[in-house]
Amino acid sequence: MLSFLLKRATMAVVVMVNVSIICFVLSNVAYDPAIGIAGAQATDEDLALIRQTYGLDRPLLVRYGEYIGNIAQGDFGVSYLTKRPVLDMIVERLPVTALLAILSMALALAIALPLGSAAALWPDTIIDRLAQLLAVAGQAIPNFWAGLLLIVLFGVQLRWLPISGSESVAHFVLPSITLGTFAMPPLIRLIRAGMIEVLASDYIRTAKAMGIRPFQITFKYALKNAVLPVVSLSAVQLGFMLGGSIVVESIFALNGVGYLAWQSMSRSDMPVIQAIVLLISLIYIVLTLLADLLNAYMDPRLRSARK
Amino acid sequence: MTIPALTTPSLPEEETLTVRLGFWRKAIAHRTFLFSGAILLAITLVAIFAPMLAPYDPYAQNIAMRLKPPFWHDANVAEHLLGTDQLGRDYLSRLIYGARISMTIAIGATLMSAIIGITLGLVAGYFGGWIDTAISTIITTRLSMPIILIALAVVALIGPSLQVVIVVLGLLLWDQFAVVTRVATQQVAARDYVTAARVLGSSLAHILFREILPNIRAPLMVVATVEMAHAVLLEAALSFLGLGVQAPLPSWGLMLSEAKTSMFFSPWLIVLPGACLFILALAINLVGDALRDLTAGGRG
Repeated sequence: MLSFLLKRATMAVVVMVNVSIICFVLSNVAYDPAIGIAGAQATDEDLALIRQTYGLDRPLLVRYGEYIGNIAQGDFGVSYLTKRPVLDMIVERLPVTALLAILSMALALAIALPLGSAAALWPDTIIDRLAQLLAVAGQAIPNFWAGLLLIVLFGVQLRWLPISGSESVAHFVLPSITLGTFAMPPLIRLIRAGMIEVLASDYIRTAKAMGIRPFQITFKYALKNAVLPVVSLSAVQLGFMLGGSIVVESIFALNGVGYLAWQSMSRSDMPVIQAIVLLISLIYIVLTLLADLLNAYMDPRLRSARK
Repeated sequence: MTIPALTTPSLPEEETLTVRLGFWRKAIAHRTFLFSGAILLAITLVAIFAPMLAPYDPYAQNIAMRLKPPFWHDANVAEHLLGTDQLGRDYLSRLIYGARISMTIAIGATLMSAIIGITLGLVAGYFGGWIDTAISTIITTRLSMPIILIALAVVALIGPSLQVVIVVLGLLLWDQFAVVTRVATQQVAARDYVTAARVLGSSLAHILFREILPNIRAPLMVVATVEMAHAVLLEAALSFLGLGVQAPLPSWGLMLSEAKTSMFFSPWLIVLPGACLFILALAINLVGDALRDLTAGGRG
C-alpha cells in the first residue's frame, strides 16, 4: 500500500512539473511577454527597455527557476490589464466555478446512478433504451448549443429562470443543467456496464441462492462494487468540468474562473491565462490522485494487487 | 522481408480475408451502422459537392434581405428555403458550406492525432521499461491539462485561423490513441508472428507498422470516431468563443456565435447550425459504437 501511495504521488509531482514547464514555454517562448507588457504598438527600443527592466533578457532556465520560486510563494504575477495580483483575481472567482462544477456533478450523478443501474437491472427494456439514447445524445450535443436553447426556452419564452449573472442560486440552474449534460453520458455508460458485470458475478448468484431480497442485493451488494470505478471517473469529470466551465460561464455570464479565462484570452492578458491553465491542471492532478487513493482504500483487491 | 508474389497466400492473409468478409456481412445487417453510416456519408457528400448543392453564394451579403425567416414561418419565401442571417446571407448555403469546415477539421485533426498517438503507443507498448514509463508520463501530463482551456489559450497566443485550429486540436487529441495502442501493443507484442518477424531480422518500423499495427486496428478505428466527433465539437466551441475559425467562413460554431444577438427574435438562427453539429457528432459516435459492436470478437 505504502509503495503504491509513493509511486502514485511521485507520478503526480512529475506531471505537475511537466505542466509547469509547458505553461512556462507557452507564455515565454511561444509568446513574447515584452509585447504583452508594452502593447502591440511598442517600438523595438521600448521592447528592449522592458526586457531589461523585467529581466526578460536572462537565460530561460534562470527565468523558469524564478517562475517556480514565485509560484511556490503564491505569486502568479500581475494582470497586464487590471494590474492586480492574478491569484487574487482567480481566488475570488473560484467559489462560483466550484459551485457550478459541484452542482453539475450532483445533477449528472443524480440522473446517471439510478438510470444506469435500472438499465443494467432490466436490459433491453425501454429504460435501458432510454439510458443508452441519453448517453449517445448527450455525448453528441454541443454544450454551448444546449445552453443557448435553454436560454431561449426557459429564460425568454417561459421566463422561469434568470439567464445571466451569478447573484442567486436560481442563476446556477440553467448553467448546471448545461454542464451536467456534458458530464452525464460517460457516467451512465460506466454505471450500466459496471452493474451488468457485478450482477453476473458469483457472489451475487450466491446471494440470490441464499434468498436475499432482490432490493437488498441490488443496493447493498451490487451497487457498492459497481460504484468503485465511478469514483475515479467522477474526479476526472470534475476536472473536465473546470475546463468546460469556460464555455458555460461565458454563455451565462457567470462570473467565475472560466469567464475570467475567456475574457483574458480575448484581451491577451497572458499572466491570467497562464495562471488559470496551471491552477486548473494542478487541481485536476490533485483530484485524480485523491480519487486513486480513495479507490485503493475502498477496494482491498486494488490495495494488494498494486503493490 | 517480403514474400515473393507467386507463392500461395500465407495463413494470415487468408485470416484477414475471412474476417473482412464477416465484417461486411455483419455490418450490412447492423441497423445502427447502416443508419448512422448513411447520415455520415450524406454529410460527407454534401461537404464535397457543396458548390453544386448550395443555391446561393454563402458569402454574398444582401442587407435588404436580412433575417428572413425559413419556409415553415412564411410559406411565401421561396427564395431562401432556410431564411437568411443578420447580413442577409442565404442560411442554407452557409450550412452546406459549414459541413466542409467541420469535416476538414474532423479528418485533419484526427489524422494528425492518430499519427502522434499511435506512434507513441506502439513504441511504449513494444519496448516497455523506462521508455514506457517516460511515454506514460507524457500521456498523463496531456490528460491532466483540460483540452478546451489549452486549445483556447494556444489559439489566443498564435492567432486564430482554420489551419491553427486543425494543428492545435491535432496536437491535443492524441491521448486516447496512445492509451489504446499502448495496451493493445503490449498484448500483441508477445505473439508468435511478432517473434517470427524479429527473428527474421525485420526492421523495427516493419515490426511496429506492418506486423503489430494491422492487428490492433479494430479498437483504433473506434478511437478515431470518438476523436472525430470530439474535434467537430471542439472546433465549434472554439469558433463560438471567437477563438477558432474566423468570419466570414461559415463554421457552424461561428454561425451560432453570430446568431447569439438575434436569437430571441430569430431562434432558427441558433437551432439550425446546432442541429447540424448535433447530427454530425451523433452520426460519427453511432458509427463508432457500431464498429465497437462489430469488431468486438476480432479484437487482439
